[in-house]
Amino acid sequence: MTVYPSSPQFKKNARAALADGQLQKALGNVRTNFIAKRAAVADRLPEFEALRDQARDLRDHVLAHLDVYLEAYERKVLESGGHVHWVRTAEEASRIIVDLAKSRGARSVAKGKSMVSEEIGLNAALERAGIKAVETDLGEYIIQLRGEAPSHIIAPAVHLNQEDVEAEFRRVHTWLPKDRDLSEPESLLAEARAELRAKFLAADIGVTGANFLVAETGTSIIVTNEGNGDLSQILPRVHVVVASIEKIVPTLEDAASLLRVLARSATGQEMSVYTTLSTGPRRAEDVDGPQEYHVVLVDNGRSNMLGSEFEEMLRCIRCGACMNHCPVYHAVGGHAYGWVYPGPMGAVLTPSLIGVDKAGHLPNASTFCGRCESVCPVRIPLPKLMRHWREREFERHLSPAVSRAFLGLWAFFARRPALYRFATGLTMRALAWAARGKGRFTSLPLASGWTNQRDLPAPQGQTFQAQWKAHQAARRKRP
Amino acid sequence: MSDNNKAGPEIRVGLLVTCLVDLFRPGIGFAAVKLLEDAGCVVSVPSQTCCGQPAFNSGDRANARAIAVQVMDAFANVDYVVAPSGSCGGMLARHYPELFEDDPALSARSRAFAAKTHELVSFLVDVLGVQSVQAAFPYAVAYHDSCSGLRELNVRDQPRTLLASVAGLQLREMKDSDVCCGFGGAFAVKYSDISGAIVSSKTACVEASGAHTLLAGDLGCLMNMAGKLARDGSKIEVRHVAEVLAGMTDAPPIAAAAPEKA
Repeated sequence: MTVYPSSPQFKKNARAALADGQLQKALGNVRTNFIAKRAAVADRLPEFEALRDQARDLRDHVLAHLDVYLEAYERKVLESGGHVHWVRTAEEASRIIVDLAKSRGARSVAKGKSMVSEEIGLNAALERAGIKAVETDLGEYIIQLRGEAPSHIIAPAVHLNQEDVEAEFRRVHTWLPKDRDLSEPESLLAEARAELRAKFLAADIGVTGANFLVAETGTSIIVTNEGNGDLSQILPRVHVVVASIEKIVPTLEDAASLLRVLARSATGQEMSVYTTLSTGPRRAEDVDGPQEYHVVLVDNGRSNMLGSEFEEMLRCIRCGACMNHCPVYHAVGGHAYGWVYPGPMGAVLTPSLIGVDKAGHLPNASTFCGRCESVCPVRIPLPKLMRHWREREFERHLSPAVSRAFLGLWAFFARRPALYRFATGLTMRALAWAARGKGRFTSLPLASGWTNQRDLPAPQGQTFQAQWKAHQAARRKRP
Repeated sequence: MSDNNKAGPEIRVGLLVTCLVDLFRPGIGFAAVKLLEDAGCVVSVPSQTCCGQPAFNSGDRANARAIAVQVMDAFANVDYVVAPSGSCGGMLARHYPELFEDDPALSARSRAFAAKTHELVSFLVDVLGVQSVQAAFPYAVAYHDSCSGLRELNVRDQPRTLLASVAGLQLREMKDSDVCCGFGGAFAVKYSDISGAIVSSKTACVEASGAHTLLAGDLGCLMNMAGKLARDGSKIEVRHVAEVLAGMTDAPPIAAAAPEKA
């Protein structure tokens, strides 16, 4: 398991990722599949761009009135016979769930996929209390076997290839025949299903996340493609929903609007295969469902973001489109980011939640290409927010001394045009002379950061401004 | 060449030549001047250093603001500010207003300044109505859509429109032409191995296109891609799109050696 958070070692993580052939092979799938599917499904829906505007406005409205909607939501949950637990920190959130499990005599917990449960370190907390947490999403199940963290917020095992999964199943499922055929994705899925079925039935508690919490009805909504979430929340006696406070939407109608952009942006599906709404525990007339229904509402740093320059990040509906379209994510994968949330959304959210002193590399490791913002279903200005983190780092003197010194020197000249022209004029002529007609440098003192990857094109000679002055003088002489 | 502006009032254009063009490849600046003059503009080159983007993207707002004011002062007396770069153009047209949004004294001024700023090729096509150029370049070319131009200023069809009018030129669209080349300013140096991986993917697409020459509208991206192609021993030539549109392709391509004298 990655030591959490390893974000301070981002550069080291990235180097290891770039040298990992299996990982690079797996990342090739992100680069092609997700992007093509999203583009196709967006093209088929003429009002897709208008829906994105509507989704953005809806999320902004919720964030502006979050207190009102959270309280309304709580009332509805209580009315439907459920319980609501408000928690400030990750530790508090895990403790509440562990205590719930202990007091119900639980020995195992079936989990649907939930990034907030990663954020609060729930599995480790349960294990420490002697309670087995079983991940039931196929991707989550695979990485749990491998002792890894998710590398993507909707495709947790996207860093693995099929042969990696086959090897893992053969290593762990030793009770199954050695000569079984696992060459197809379907056979891997069937094996995971069979193994998980018994675990669903044995689980005392089901824990799921929530894509949306509906204030109007007190309903939690999850979307999945495997149906594991349904089993996790219906079969056990107790269903615990763990969700961060910004997941609220006012009405079912609003949830439907967001669902229209969520799956399209995430996987390129019009809808996920399963969209499951849960309201309270089993009622007298219900044929199944949990006897108890709990919601753990996690703040863990979100309320500090409200009203700050990072508030727009709370619009996020966790589709993963930003990382699917990010050239840096494509190059290094999710684990390099070193904490729960990778890619552009992680580069903004992680410093908010664990501190920019630990996660400072993340908002810097971006080319600002803007492709993330161009696909974000709720139009979060991700590059702008990353830049705000760079401003905070600059103000707090957290950026590296060498780059600060270089920037200071550059700015000194850039603010003095005459001196700048004199200094750059000399430098460029010297460099052009040094290149001696070769047109490029393969190495150059102080430029190794550039030349360790590529040649540095040499300057042509005199600067444009020097030549322009001469050119204008010559023009004036002409009759 | 369009001549529909020749009868109207004088169009005064200030050329923001950009620091990279000023220092590394002045020929692009002269190509820009030729294209603008051919389209009927009166071009001036106010005293300049840089647009301030390195400071802005490093979180140094104070220096970014100071340089922005310097640029706005220098270009106060022109009708349009035009840059042969989507990145520097985007800095002026999109980010100057952000820099001053809380500054009552400069907010309106920065917005007005942004409104008169354009990237070179989109200015020719969208503002001046230029639909063709008098130039010849008998080669297959691939065009890379630089990120800032594409996503901040909607530069996509304009260069293709003008390239289609270049005699002999054949445009070979490459896969992922709209994907970042991995330059990202200081990113290329600070995270050089990630940048190296990204530019490798890009040059693989360039090679696969079968193009003779790679074009783009931003010298930063071009230096990154040309440097990588040169490092890998590729024969593909690299130029700024303005050089081809202006018919000014006598200088050796970016990162290429001067031809041996006969």
